[in-house]
Amino acid sequence: MTALLVQTLNGLAAASSLFLVAVGLSLIFGVTRIVNFAHGSFYMLGVYIAYSVATYFGNAFGFWGGVLAAGVAVALLGVIVEVAILRRIYAAPELLQLIATFALVLIIKDAALYIWGPEDLLGPRAPGFTGAVEIFGRPFPTYDLLLIVLGVAMLFALTTFIKRTRFGLLLRAATEDREMTDALGVNQKLLFTAVFALGCFLAGFGGALQLPREPATLNMDLNIIADVFVVVVIGGLGSLYGAFVAAVIISLVKAYCIGLGNVAMFGVEFEFSKLTLVAEFIVMALVLVFKPNGLFGRPFSHPRASEVIETPIGKPSNVQYATLLVGLMLAASLPLVFDEYTSVLATDVLIFALFAASLGLIIGTAGLGSFGHAAYFGLGAYGAALAAKAGFGFAPSLVCGVALSLTASIVFGWFCVRLSGTYMAMLTLAFAQIVWSIVFQWDAVTGGSNGIVGVWPPELFSDRDNFYWLALALCGAGVLFCWWIVYTPLGYALRASRDSQVKAHAIGLSVMRLQWAAFALAGALGGVAGAIYAFSKGSISPDVSAIPRSVDALVMVLLGGINTLLGPVVGAAVFTWLQDTLARSTEYWRAVLGAIILLLVMVFPKGIVGSIQSLTASMKKRSAA
Amino acid sequence: MSEPLLVVKKLNARLGAAQLLFDVSFEARAGEVLVLVGRNGAGKSTTLKAVMGLASISRKGLSGEITFAGQSIIGREAHEIARLGLGYVPEERRIFTDLTVAENLEVGRMPSRTNVSDAPRWSVERVCELFPKLAEMLDRPGGHMSGGEQQMLTIARTLMGNPRAILLDEPSEGLAPIVVERIAESIKALKREGLCVILSEQNMQFASAVADRAALIERGTMTASGTFAEISASMVSVG
Amino acid sequence: MTPALDILGLKKSFGGVAAVKGIDFNVNAGEAVALIGPNGAGKTTCFNLINGQLKPDAGSVSLFGENITSRSPEALFRAGVARTFQITATFATMTVRENVQLALMSHNGSATKVFCFATSQHAARADVLLNDVGLQSQSSRPCAELAYGDLKRLELAVALANDPRLLLMDEPTAGMSPQERDGLMQLALTVCRERKLALLFTEHDMDVVFKFADRIIVMNRGRLIAQGRPDEVRANEEVRKVYLGSTHV
Repeated sequence: MTALLVQTLNGLAAASSLFLVAVGLSLIFGVTRIVNFAHGSFYMLGVYIAYSVATYFGNAFGFWGGVLAAGVAVALLGVIVEVAILRRIYAAPELLQLIATFALVLIIKDAALYIWGPEDLLGPRAPGFTGAVEIFGRPFPTYDLLLIVLGVAMLFALTTFIKRTRFGLLLRAATEDREMTDALGVNQKLLFTAVFALGCFLAGFGGALQLPREPATLNMDLNIIADVFVVVVIGGLGSLYGAFVAAVIISLVKAYCIGLGNVAMFGVEFEFSKLTLVAEFIVMALVLVFKPNGLFGRPFSHPRASEVIETPIGKPSNVQYATLLVGLMLAASLPLVFDEYTSVLATDVLIFALFAASLGLIIGTAGLGSFGHAAYFGLGAYGAALAAKAGFGFAPSLVCGVALSLTASIVFGWFCVRLSGTYMAMLTLAFAQIVWSIVFQWDAVTGGSNGIVGVWPPELFSDRDNFYWLALALCGAGVLFCWWIVYTPLGYALRASRDSQVKAHAIGLSVMRLQWAAFALAGALGGVAGAIYAFSKGSISPDVSAIPRSVDALVMVLLGGINTLLGPVVGAAVFTWLQDTLARSTEYWRAVLGAIILLLVMVFPKGIVGSIQSLTASMKKRSAA
Repeated sequence: MSEPLLVVKKLNARLGAAQLLFDVSFEARAGEVLVLVGRNGAGKSTTLKAVMGLASISRKGLSGEITFAGQSIIGREAHEIARLGLGYVPEERRIFTDLTVAENLEVGRMPSRTNVSDAPRWSVERVCELFPKLAEMLDRPGGHMSGGEQQMLTIARTLMGNPRAILLDEPSEGLAPIVVERIAESIKALKREGLCVILSEQNMQFASAVADRAALIERGTMTASGTFAEISASMVSVG
Repeated sequence: MTPALDILGLKKSFGGVAAVKGIDFNVNAGEAVALIGPNGAGKTTCFNLINGQLKPDAGSVSLFGENITSRSPEALFRAGVARTFQITATFATMTVRENVQLALMSHNGSATKVFCFATSQHAARADVLLNDVGLQSQSSRPCAELAYGDLKRLELAVALANDPRLLLMDEPTAGMSPQERDGLMQLALTVCRERKLALLFTEHDMDVVFKFADRIIVMNRGRLIAQGRPDEVRANEEVRKVYLGSTHV
């Protein structure tokens, strides 16, 4: 019983920082409609800055000054980021905004690596709060008690601020209708910058408060952002109370899991301390089944994913068939012309082309945002690798991989299609994060962080050229299928569900089931890519299902443009080449990649192929006129 | 005759490849009600949004001249234009449903605006005199109001910014005839205060009750303008 | 004769506030009925209870004697209920013909096929329907380019793809010019008479209501306060007081 109480206090202490970061993200989203992926990075910077200030001064002033300085410094950085970057992309499709803020994650991570180095940095304890008090006979850190008090105090302070001040009023008004607020004479630019700064302050401040509890590390950014997404989805986007309640729930669930430790149930040993993310997921799933907009949330109006209205599709033209034929012939003859290294690289391109094309199917045709497509890629890879290790043959192993992704996408998809817009996108990310954490933590089966090695194809395909042809056949068929489906009745029904959901219902289309089917299909195709990937590399690690891999796919889709045959192939080719080149030339390749992505988002919002298409279209128009 | 307050000359608007407005020109004076008539999709709302500089119209796609109180406002942001004293009352009302009536009015207030010497001054008390119904429901959330009450609130909210001119987009749309009559009365009252009112309207009965002058907009361009009687006569002959 | 649409004791409240407080009425095959009332009278709620957007707290909706209460919009489509929207809803990235074709595919259960081209499905039937509403010359245009009045006619063609027995039109003439209004309503009325389908519509334009409705149902504060032929409703004292005002006497 006392153990339970101590875990409860532990959980509440952890909830404070999580609340501050989540509420910041939630407020920013409410007003700007941007899901700030970099919010976890601002949190991480808060920890690092507090560390630097505290160790530089080394006294109470240094520590508490450092906590405050971290909040202020991160807020200032937020202002710079908002003015320099976000202002230019407020009108862009959600997907591009997400990619842009992820580019910031990459840049900030490398900046932190450059400034603070790769080592974990353990901060000082909070002066005046180094001791512990006895609670029910157990020592409990006074600092944790302080955090609990601070969390509640911040909730009250923020509530009052938003309810009572004119700034808070304008913030609420703009959350509902920013154009109308603009027309009533409220300077949107200033308001957005101020809200962004406030959100960033909360993230930096929340991070700094964590310094005595955990060391500053370079992977804090993505670790917390997954938690924050879960909190925001449970609590409801834009809701202050929601963020607080959900942060408490999630932190308690985590604390209890850790407290439980290893428990044997039904003859199986469960390591609850390692299942924290799975437990979070179950809570989130339960909440969403009953409250699709979170505990305190309400539906948001979501601007359509792509603002440019596509022209009708009809049937593939003869030019497209000809391009297809020539492309296939060129691709098939590639190994005859170039060396083996090219075949290896081209295999990668094919795999990623299918990965990107399958994502394009849900993003483009079905119009559903997915931030977590790597889940299916990773499950495909792990399913195939585990089957191969268990003694299955090559083809059955591939089938196992695909079956695993299909199963997961059916289960996850069931939840996802019940939500809309941003909620759904965040949920996909949370699912991917769960897959990653299971793969990462389930040492006994998945090999944990070491992954699985020695996954080789049979003799025939150990020749790199032969494997390339195999990949061309399988991935090529997958890419073709993704392209083909757009022209079929199913593709039309999916586009109809995207264009107008009420109308689709009214003409008897079961929108949810159609979207679910699209989800399952895309997941299975992503799994095909993953399964082939495992055999092409010979070894896999949890990275195959990590957030950056999901974003890679989004970037490829962005590079190539949606709904074009060549798009995913071009996107995958450019991205693979870019990453390969950068990784070989600089230690800070992530930052460079991030900068390039940012540039692309601002210059080619339609992707490479899409931009070429609209360029030729406008040239045709001009020559006709 | 006094100087026109709002002058629109050869206004063109494009959105991507599509051109929405072609050479629309009109002017309006203080104490005058100008009605833009024409069927839905003809460009009435677009014209009002373009004048107001709303983001959904894309300021970059605008060309021509828009002058308000002697200042060029084309391409400027909506909040700057609002601060010069041009108010906008949107189609579909766009009340902040989470905010109470009093809070809705507070959003419309512009505390830092100073140069409004010749504009009528408004306060919560005064807008409640104009729309007595609002006084009874100051603490009610905007989402719990009927369509007619919302229409009154959206006008009152814009008045709180002490505008010299207001743009009213389809104020009678979706309202019961009896509420439409009440809205017409309040527009006449505003006109008596010296406000310049430009409204887009399809309900000709309503338009005839309030209009001094009218302009007919068809397929993104202005095809006729004159007194309301002239325009409605020309519409009947066309129809 | 069984009425096409029979509404019995329909009730709905939101968070304790009753929006529809027990409504009974019916619509016969081949009859056009208008549902009118001031804002907040509950007619939109009532309409949404019939078209499946909302589920009633009590009461029943029957279609030719078959209980269709609380069915989803998809299920209602299969039962032969078609609807058009106040703010036109069409598939903007498709052509006019493709919009109708998709409705035909759904009607024939072929909307999930993956081994044929969508544009080859039911093309001839789609052209017949477009011809019926006078859109044949625009059938290959992208829907996004259509004028508002034409979008309304397209909605009607899409609704008819279902061979409906009941047609629900929510504010069918909102946003149209007076000439277009009559054209569209004439079209709807012709269909209603020729195909013997029941037509129920809400409408704010009293000229349209009095000209095209066979019968008018008036709601106020969640209750039905009057129903009858246009001249009867026009003369009704209570209707004039709460809704029509002085202009339509």
